[in-house]
Amino acid sequence: MSIFEYNGSAVVAMVGKNCFALASDRRLGVQLQTLATDFQKIYKIHDKLYVGLSGLATDAQTLYQRLVFRHKLYQLREERGIKPETFASLVSALLYEKRFGPYFCQPVIAGLGEDDKPFICTMDSIGAKELAKDFVVAGTASESLYGACESMYKPDMEPEELFETVSQALLASVDRDCLSGWGGHVFIVTPSQVIERTLKARMD
Amino acid sequence: MRSCSIPCRSREQIASVSETSRTSNLVSLRRTNLAFGMDPSAIDAKGGFSFDLCRRNAMLMEKGVQPPSFRKTGTTIVGLIFKDGVILGADTRATEGPIVCDKNCEKIHYMAPNIYCCGAGTAADTEAVTEMVSSQLQLHRYATGRESLVVTALTMLKSHLFSYQGHVSAALVLGGVDVTGPHLHTIYPHGSTDTLPFATMGSGSLAAMAVFEAKYREGLTREEGINLVTEAVCSGIFNDLGSGSNVDVCVITKGHKEYLRNHRMPNPRTYVSSKGFSFAKGQTEILSSKVTLLKERVVAIEGDEMEE
Repeated sequence: MSIFEYNGSAVVAMVGKNCFALASDRRLGVQLQTLATDFQKIYKIHDKLYVGLSGLATDAQTLYQRLVFRHKLYQLREERGIKPETFASLVSALLYEKRFGPYFCQPVIAGLGEDDKPFICTMDSIGAKELAKDFVVAGTASESLYGACESMYKPDMEPEELFETVSQALLASVDRDCLSGWGGHVFIVTPSQVIERTLKARMD
Repeated sequence: MRSCSIPCRSREQIASVSETSRTSNLVSLRRTNLAFGMDPSAIDAKGGFSFDLCRRNAMLMEKGVQPPSFRKTGTTIVGLIFKDGVILGADTRATEGPIVCDKNCEKIHYMAPNIYCCGAGTAADTEAVTEMVSSQLQLHRYATGRESLVVTALTMLKSHLFSYQGHVSAALVLGGVDVTGPHLHTIYPHGSTDTLPFATMGSGSLAAMAVFEAKYREGLTREEGINLVTEAVCSGIFNDLGSGSNVDVCVITKGHKEYLRNHRMPNPRTYVSSKGFSFAKGQTEILSSKVTLLKERVVAIEGDEMEE
């Protein structure tokens, strides 16, 4: 067993027209035993910056706490929220510091940058950044998410269409993965509002 | 650990992985942190790796958990010296095991205005090691006011890699033009280096070297050089499974460089429907929905009143 498969997770981010979507499943399990079906895997950094953490849940939560800490220090020093690109470099540096004893965690970072330009990015557990223009995925369902997003994604989707697309890609993918699923959690972030929805899904 | 002779001014520029310039940074950071009344150990950008999860992770491995796989660039990277300088080339595929995780990544890294470096191996290592040395080179240029030398970059890279005994797995092709002329080097993960007129690295290195061995000669023109590099990378793309997608090329000549991102795209997507999938609105079943309106950003318009 790989340590990334201990708790199970599926995280996906997609870019639309001046907006982005970040979605995850809601299961927390210990191998094949499900512990919770309302587990939060997407965390807010500030109004227009979110991070989804897949992998080992204990490391995800520790990493999240360190990210919040570092973002607060950044806000104190700079008197503004962090840019998504800068935040991605921060996460990358935190992960690479532990190159030889990593957090077992693959983050997905999504945010609106300057001029509300969407930015998405994922990393492996030692901080190798992967910047994409369309979509990024992480977690145990990543293989099926690649397939689903590759066929369902269209450029320049409006928020509501983006929601449908990312939700269908997530739901289709977690149905082919035993370790993730049990509901979905979707954030759609536009320059003027944040829509947060929970999805009904198969509970098996 | 090496000590540093470069005066260090900007701690922001040095990623926390950089262990050179440790001493000078530490002093200034400690001071700021204490001024804030914080625990200085929590965010000290003192650099170097942190090993505090190693014991836990080793325990997990002992209990039969498989070690994690990292993102690799099972790459084809090449370089050659032509009439007026150096040409570097790379494919754009990043893999994680058998999965292609990035179809168009950048493997030609910036080191200095006159030096670039192709990276193969573990993606995080190639990225971090090139970023770190390029920031050291920038500081060195500030201190000396001169253009960086390729051998300076080479020495910094190899001494870092050698000090980690191959555990930082970066295989590099370093190329640039400086006052002493064009240079091309390969650097292996253990810190050994070669100086060559043409070089290849990565899993597609054999396929690319076959092309170079057959067709390379001294005194190539710019056009011939770019074509040969492209052909060598394409040979990797089509014959090596770890390499794929597009060809990036970087041409460095005296006082000038040209980064040709996606110089050739031999593998375009052809199978996607022009209309794509469309989903009717409201097709996905929703359990709960919450809308948060964001405050509009207030932009201060500069007026004359405040001016003195």
